[in-house]
Amino acid sequence: MQGFSTLFYKELLRFWKVSFQTVLAPILTALLYLLIFAHVLDAHVEPYPGVRYTAFLIPGLAMMSMLQNAFSNTSSSIIQSKITGNLVFILLPPLSHFEFFAAYVLAAVLRGVVVGAGVLLVTLFFTIPPVQHPLWIIVFALLGSSIMAILGLIAGIWAEKFDQLAAFQNFLIMPLTFLSGVFYSIHSLPPFWQGVSNWNPVFYVIDGFRYGFFGQADVSPWLSLSVGGFTLLALATLGWQLIKSGYKLRH
Amino acid sequence: MSAIQFQNIVKHYGDLQALNNVSFNVEEGDFFALLGPNGAGKTTLISILGGLARASSGQVSIMGRDVVADYRDARRAVGIVPQELVFDPFFTVRETLRFQSGYFGLKQNDAWIDEILENLGLTNKANANMRALSGGMKRRVMVAQALVHRPPVIVLDEPTAGVDVELRQTLWAFVRRLNEQGHTIVLTTHYLEEAEELCNRIAMLKQGRLIALEDKAKLMNRGKARTLRVRLAGGNLPLSLADQVLAEKEGQYELRLSDLSEVEGILEQIRMHGATLRDVEIAKPDLEDIFVEMMQGRGAAG
Repeated sequence: MQGFSTLFYKELLRFWKVSFQTVLAPILTALLYLLIFAHVLDAHVEPYPGVRYTAFLIPGLAMMSMLQNAFSNTSSSIIQSKITGNLVFILLPPLSHFEFFAAYVLAAVLRGVVVGAGVLLVTLFFTIPPVQHPLWIIVFALLGSSIMAILGLIAGIWAEKFDQLAAFQNFLIMPLTFLSGVFYSIHSLPPFWQGVSNWNPVFYVIDGFRYGFFGQADVSPWLSLSVGGFTLLALATLGWQLIKSGYKLRH
Repeated sequence: MSAIQFQNIVKHYGDLQALNNVSFNVEEGDFFALLGPNGAGKTTLISILGGLARASSGQVSIMGRDVVADYRDARRAVGIVPQELVFDPFFTVRETLRFQSGYFGLKQNDAWIDEILENLGLTNKANANMRALSGGMKRRVMVAQALVHRPPVIVLDEPTAGVDVELRQTLWAFVRRLNEQGHTIVLTTHYLEEAEELCNRIAMLKQGRLIALEDKAKLMNRGKARTLRVRLAGGNLPLSLADQVLAEKEGQYELRLSDLSEVEGILEQIRMHGATLRDVEIAKPDLEDIFVEMMQGRGAAG
């Protein structure tokens, strides 16, 4: 497992050396969202009975930051290495498919979790959300980050140019995360958009995460766990197959 | 056991056939040159060897390990220096080499890393960021990266393209020493004099086909295109020889010889013509002449 731990460590170091951009910047972004939305909406909206909007928003923002950063880490690392050509130094050694897959994904999960924890930490100054079920919080944090880390891996392998990756990010990841109940409870949506949201796996991850804080959510955490778990499994299988077949990596 | 075995390698990229049924072995301890013009398939062959590309059909093994079925052991046995100058700008030279060691499953490899750095003249750059290095220095790091796991087989894909003389000499001294220690070396190069000086066996590729595979000495003998240089003290060259003149410079004539036995006849014609010889010299072909001759399609080995 020396190969795995080295690649994992290298991936950690890669984002940590530029943590101003990879960790602090997303925390600041989340903070800005919170300032603006809480200022405008806190007095007018009560998503769940007894839950103020600011408190409701915090887990959503934390999860959104985790998802986006987990995705960024794998996708940008792989596409940069592909385009600059230094991916050969990963492809030439005897790393197993599992080592390759696990090292990239876990490093990205870790970045997601670090950013998510950072967001929660700075938002403590505004309001302290209750923590009803810490285990669910951890489970969904890991689940959401893993899903997006693997999606980033797949996008990084698939994309041949930066603009293809940007398209993936802007036309798939952004809509999935924004239309998932980060900023609202989907029960407040018209029935059509509620129906659409029900097909978005990201919604379940955020909803389950929020359940861990408030003990109430739009759907049961078990349903969220099932949908999230199934999504993770499907993406992991796909990502694994891509690496094993050498798709776009070994010509 | 051969160090490398290529068996019936075929590689298509869409309609383009990059390699057409290439088979040959590199033996342990060889200093092997793989020659051919751009687009002949050298880099494709090396990519297949290193697992960066996959053959459409055929098999490759390194030290008896199949590069697909047994890829982990095969990759442990080979160190490849890619042709493109690439590096990871996030890290220093030492970090780069430590990571590379780790990918090969090696812990605490610093003693060997120091030795490689020393041999490649990189010691005082160990803590410099990769971005800060000159092109030649980056090239040295790439060589070092290929050697971290002390591979029995070392492959250098045009390592001296666009590199200064100093590095070329440092590099070849080091590689030659590795070869003497028993490492098998495979090298592709455009500088034919390097292959001529260093290698004991030579393969030539042309348009994806193997057109020559021989010991260097044999290959050099195959070149028929010797030249006879004569300088005359008085008189001039008989007209009957005009067809054979390749060049004339300051009274020295270069005559084409298709066979050594022609020398006597030529000299006799000159004497009969009444000219006197000041100097005679028979020039042996160098690898470049043979290369050019073979690439023009004469003397193909099938």
